[in-house]
Amino acid sequence: MNVPHAFSRLIPARLRPPPRSGDVFERHNPPGLDLSHNTVLYLEDITVSFDGFRALNKLTLYVEAGELRCIIGPNGAGKTTMMDVITGKTRPDSGTAWFGQTIDLLGMSEPQIAQAGIGRKFQKPTVFEQHTVFENLELAMAGDKSVWKMLFAKLSPAQLLRIDEVLETIGLKEHRGALAGVLSHGQKQWLEIGMLLMQEPQLLLVDEPVAGMTPQETERTAELLLSLAGKHSVVVVEHDMDFVRSIARQVTVLHEGSVLAEGTIDEVQNDPKVVEVYLGEPRC
Amino acid sequence: MTFMERLLAWRNERGAFGFYAVLLATAVLVPLLNLAVPEGSALHMSTYTVTLVGKYMSYAILAVAVDLIWGYCGILSLGHAAFFALGGYAMGMYLMRQIGTRGVYGNAEMPDFMVFLNWSELPWYWQGFDMFWFAAIMVLLAPGLLAYVFGWLAFRSRVTGVYLSIITQALTYALLLAFFRNEMGFGGNNGLTDFKEILGFDLKAPGTRMALFLATALALGLAFAAGRMITRSRLGRVVQAVRDAESRTRFIGYRVESYKLWLFVFSAMLAGVAGALYVPQVGIINPGEFNPINSIEVVIWVAVGGRGTLYGAVLGAVVVNYAKTWFTTVLPDIWLYALGTLFVVVTLFLPQGLVGLFAKLKLRRGAA
Ligand SMILES: Nc1ncnc2c1ncn2[C@@H]1O[C@H](COP(=O)(O)OP(=O)(O)OP(=O)(O)O)[C@@H](O)[C@H]1O
Ligand SMILES: [Mg+2]
Repeated sequence: MNVPHAFSRLIPARLRPPPRSGDVFERHNPPGLDLSHNTVLYLEDITVSFDGFRALNKLTLYVEAGELRCIIGPNGAGKTTMMDVITGKTRPDSGTAWFGQTIDLLGMSEPQIAQAGIGRKFQKPTVFEQHTVFENLELAMAGDKSVWKMLFAKLSPAQLLRIDEVLETIGLKEHRGALAGVLSHGQKQWLEIGMLLMQEPQLLLVDEPVAGMTPQETERTAELLLSLAGKHSVVVVEHDMDFVRSIARQVTVLHEGSVLAEGTIDEVQNDPKVVEVYLGEPRC
Repeated sequence: MTFMERLLAWRNERGAFGFYAVLLATAVLVPLLNLAVPEGSALHMSTYTVTLVGKYMSYAILAVAVDLIWGYCGILSLGHAAFFALGGYAMGMYLMRQIGTRGVYGNAEMPDFMVFLNWSELPWYWQGFDMFWFAAIMVLLAPGLLAYVFGWLAFRSRVTGVYLSIITQALTYALLLAFFRNEMGFGGNNGLTDFKEILGFDLKAPGTRMALFLATALALGLAFAAGRMITRSRLGRVVQAVRDAESRTRFIGYRVESYKLWLFVFSAMLAGVAGALYVPQVGIINPGEFNPINSIEVVIWVAVGGRGTLYGAVLGAVVVNYAKTWFTTVLPDIWLYALGTLFVVVTLFLPQGLVGLFAKLKLRRGAA
């Protein structure tokens, strides 16, 4: 944790003066989330090693409030590991991670981070298979999640309405009472996106959302993610370049645990470094 | 909901409905057959049998406790008999103090074994047990507190699976060794026995026996209702989510440790109540109740009945214990083998236990 900052950044970004542009977002911030500098996520010099192998290597990345950011990179670049760090699943060996100006993610547990307003969709869809679709959404719903509250909690009409709304959005209305385990792969992906919506997070981390989806489903996912940006900040990891092109304004390329390039999709795709390590590979 | 809808909703709750019906029938028939039918009649039920059924019911409460924590939350506790025994000891201490001057040594304050050990006064932890209400609180508090401390340490360090099962075995084994020691002040390997009265009523009187039986039936009904309330609440759904995908539950903002701890403590208290009802009916509590095998047996009851359904746990407790009573009178040597075989068969062929078997048979009949 005590790695010295690069000299070029003597002042950490979150302490630098706020941008002058009048780009201030009006939204309900969870208590404590301070977006006054218009940046929702600060990752600085994050290093994660697994038995000496560096999955993340001094990764530094900032995400603006309301932004929709795409992260691409070859297999094993460290994209999922980065999400693990942000959500508290993996503790980095060094570096800092801040949510807004005031929330230090590295000192928090997974549920604390989730409650602070960071939601995640996993690469491998993980829904609660023994629960119904409705119950999955109910479980994910934002609110007080303490034990005694849950023992006596009844869904309010507003909450029921919200669940129905999300069911509509993710197209699983007819499967309301079905066990999540019997859904198709694509439907599970959607259910997980629905769970993410129920959490009403400020920052959504979405790992490979369109894997296993039909082109129509992919298109709907793109629309949904685009509609979320602005009100929320969204970070999407995806291999599907057409999909990335259809949603992203800003793309970050990860390679061997650090940022290789950042820019618009065209800038990135024409960057010789990127072409060499990534776009040259047959997979994309 | 209209009345009709409620009635229809019950159709999907046949198991629970069946449980309440059988429990009610037992609570009505047993007193009738025992007290109203004359002794010579073929239909008469002996007080011995009444007590036996009462014992099965206290085991059923223990099974509900284990099913809550294992069947619904996935925590395989192999130490629940320890909570049962602690509740039993708390009740036993009250019953000991009730003996008063009727003991062999006629000491009004101290139980016989303390006089025998030449102790000069009642140890501090025996104070208050002459009052029933105090003992009743201890029946809940002793297992609850132990479960709290144990669970807090274990769940916070994220000990799960086999490791957790092993340390629960270690816990009950450690208590077994401790309670064997005379210096602990719990009667050593003889335990607590020779009880005379409960709340001033003679423990040998058929009326008292019947009252204890009915109290156990009531407690079982309440335990079942509480278990249903918990498992059908939103808390219950969170707990089952923890069972199926623990880390996923964390990522949607639940403090999994708190949920586990809460349920573990509740379950331990329920086990304590079961033990407290068991002891006055069987008339003795000794360190043997802490035997690690006992805790494993409880898990087998639940597995045989069907984990994850409360009525399955009750069914398993009654069926296996009935079999045990039969075996230990007719073929005492092979009981443990029979139990082991039963467990293997259930694990391999009936993952949902008897409840699952019934469901499968019904499905097959429906298809044919
Ligand atoms: N728990 C772990 N233990 C050891 N190595 C790990 C662990 N998690 C990830 N790694 C390694 O770290 C590297 C980065 O993995 P990560 O899952 O972050 O890649 P990714 O960019 O998400 O790849 P993909 O596109 O395949 O999902 C990989 O080489 C992976 O094998
Ligand atoms: Mg990945």
